[in-house]
Amino acid sequence: MTLAQAVDARLRKGIGRGEFMAVIWPSRGQEAVAAGLTAALRPDDRLVTTYRGIHDLVSKGVPLTEVIGEILGRSIGASRGKGGTMHITAPDQGVALTTGIVGAGVPVAAGLALAFKQQGLDRVAAVTFGDGATNTGSFHEGMNLASTWQLPVVFVCQNNLWAEMTPIRDTMNIDQVVDRRLAYGMAGERVDGNDPEAMYRASAAAVERARTGGGPTFLEAVTFRFEGHYFGDQQKYLPAEELAAAREADPIPRYRQKLLDAGVLSEDDLTAIDTDATARVDAALAEVLAAPAPELTELEQDVFVDMEGIPS
Amino acid sequence: MSETTTTTVLQALNAALDEALSADERVFLLGEDLADPASGVSHVTSGLSTKHGADRVLNTPISEAAIAGAAIGAAIEGRLPVFEIMIMDFIGIAVDQIVNLAAKARFSSGGRTPCPITVRTASFGGLGNGATHSQSLEAWFMHVPGIKVVVPSTPADAKGLLKSAVFDPDPVLFLETTALYGKRGPVPSGDYTIPLGRADIKRAGSDVTIVTYGRGVYDALDAATALAAEGIDAEVLDLRTLVPLDLPSVLESVGRTGRAVVTHYAVEFAGPGAEIAARISSELFGRLRAPVARVGGRYRPIPAAANLEAAVYPNAERIASAARATVGYDK
Ligand SMILES: Cc1ncc(C[n+]2csc(CCOP(=O)(O)OP(=O)(O)O)c2C)c(N)n1
Repeated sequence: MTLAQAVDARLRKGIGRGEFMAVIWPSRGQEAVAAGLTAALRPDDRLVTTYRGIHDLVSKGVPLTEVIGEILGRSIGASRGKGGTMHITAPDQGVALTTGIVGAGVPVAAGLALAFKQQGLDRVAAVTFGDGATNTGSFHEGMNLASTWQLPVVFVCQNNLWAEMTPIRDTMNIDQVVDRRLAYGMAGERVDGNDPEAMYRASAAAVERARTGGGPTFLEAVTFRFEGHYFGDQQKYLPAEELAAAREADPIPRYRQKLLDAGVLSEDDLTAIDTDATARVDAALAEVLAAPAPELTELEQDVFVDMEGIPS
Repeated sequence: MSETTTTTVLQALNAALDEALSADERVFLLGEDLADPASGVSHVTSGLSTKHGADRVLNTPISEAAIAGAAIGAAIEGRLPVFEIMIMDFIGIAVDQIVNLAAKARFSSGGRTPCPITVRTASFGGLGNGATHSQSLEAWFMHVPGIKVVVPSTPADAKGLLKSAVFDPDPVLFLETTALYGKRGPVPSGDYTIPLGRADIKRAGSDVTIVTYGRGVYDALDAATALAAEGIDAEVLDLRTLVPLDLPSVLESVGRTGRAVVTHYAVEFAGPGAEIAARISSELFGRLRAPVARVGGRYRPIPAAANLEAAVYPNAERIASAARATVGYDK
């Protein structure tokens, strides 16, 4: 959580003061969802995330230089600068795809899970998406297919209550997104997405169900996005009381306090974790900024394996 | 020389899928109604689920986005999925997955995440089904870097190209033509493939090159027969693959004949022929003996009535008259 927050914060700071240029969809506020989910996944499980996926990527263990490098469009990025924030993949760490099309990752996760099933592997696919994504056809088609075929998938709706500038209450006539699973006969539950332990418990149960042949699960993790839709979003549409109430439930100070109260970690321990996270992010950023821009020859590769007969 | 057998395009496609399923356990098929006994609306997959099992030939819900998405996910995990979009007009629902995920996966990942899907679909035109069951939308996909586009015309090409498509490391749109399923022709037996991106001369000639693919090949051959009676010797070049495009073969042929007619069933306006004609014109400007002519589908939704539908598509007569005009141009 701390590391994901540190990456997001450092990028916002750097863009804000003109240190570098990049496009990001901040994930500040949603760290607990990613932390709980990815802690329940094995390294060989697969995750499909979205443009708002910095916390997911960092939590899944994608090297910081690859995440930051890709977001800044440098040659040491995960895709050598050809993907950008919305298209990061990291097969070694199990990030199969990042999607910039709302809802598109849902059926893809079903396909990953189908491949595991076909190969007799006990691996699991997880996919994260927003509340808005659950209004798309891809979401419904993917949910139905995964349930019909009883595929090992965990669908995680990061319900931050807003889709771009539109509140959830304006886009669906149900109180709880989790109810959508009922149409597909799928297991699921609504989770406090600001509580990493609750998120872990729910994810672990869903992953266990998937791994042991019990089929897919739909989790609705209720959370909030503090920084708006994109970096620079002034959030004029967001009532001040709603933001204030959401800040009360900020998962990071809340979890710090919980760890202190339980005597698990001391203030010094927590400070050391913060310091370490900041140092790691700074070091990665320095490496990224020192790395060259991608060579123009990148444009001659990777459209297809064989580029013969391919228009320039 | 290997032996040949005579089969239909439909049987050749079935054989290609059968052999691919036998050759490699990573290959599997998915789509609506594919399994026996229905074996798809077109029956291309007839017998395959019985032979290879229901876990290799998957019946799906009517969910084009999910079919494509699931194929993409499986491909990313190292499988070789071949999915069927029953009729090309329905592909709109899956275009997001094909265009925005599959076609971009390799490039956007810097080569880390290949996506070797094969999309089998059929242009259903010519059967009187009207506007939403008859379109030839290959230009949509030619326009997107990252997906290959293959359109076979003969049984041999259908088999050889489909096997190449299935094992190609990149996404391929394999466009079948329902009206050609019954065409018979020789197919080499045994394991043979045709590489993607190589055009084929279906009739040699010296006066004009008719550049075409798919259904257009047969109209072009008929046109060539008619032209031969008038002393005009037309060459018929079947592109077979639109991406990659075998431009060297096109330029070689047109360089020899000095004249070109490009014909296809897709809408002529902003269609595949626009690109091909432009390439020929710019590469062979000084050597062309006439402007490049195009004969494509008219810019109309496909009508249902047989006479109207026929009037929208190209035909041998329209192609022959375009060829005559190019030959007469410098006389
Ligand atoms: C298919 C599609 N339509 C519209 C957009 C533009 N868009 C980007 S993010 C977004 C809101 C998505 O909201 P939600 O799914 O709740 O996710 P969040 O951004 O809140 O994490 C929209 C409409 C898009 N990327 N894809």
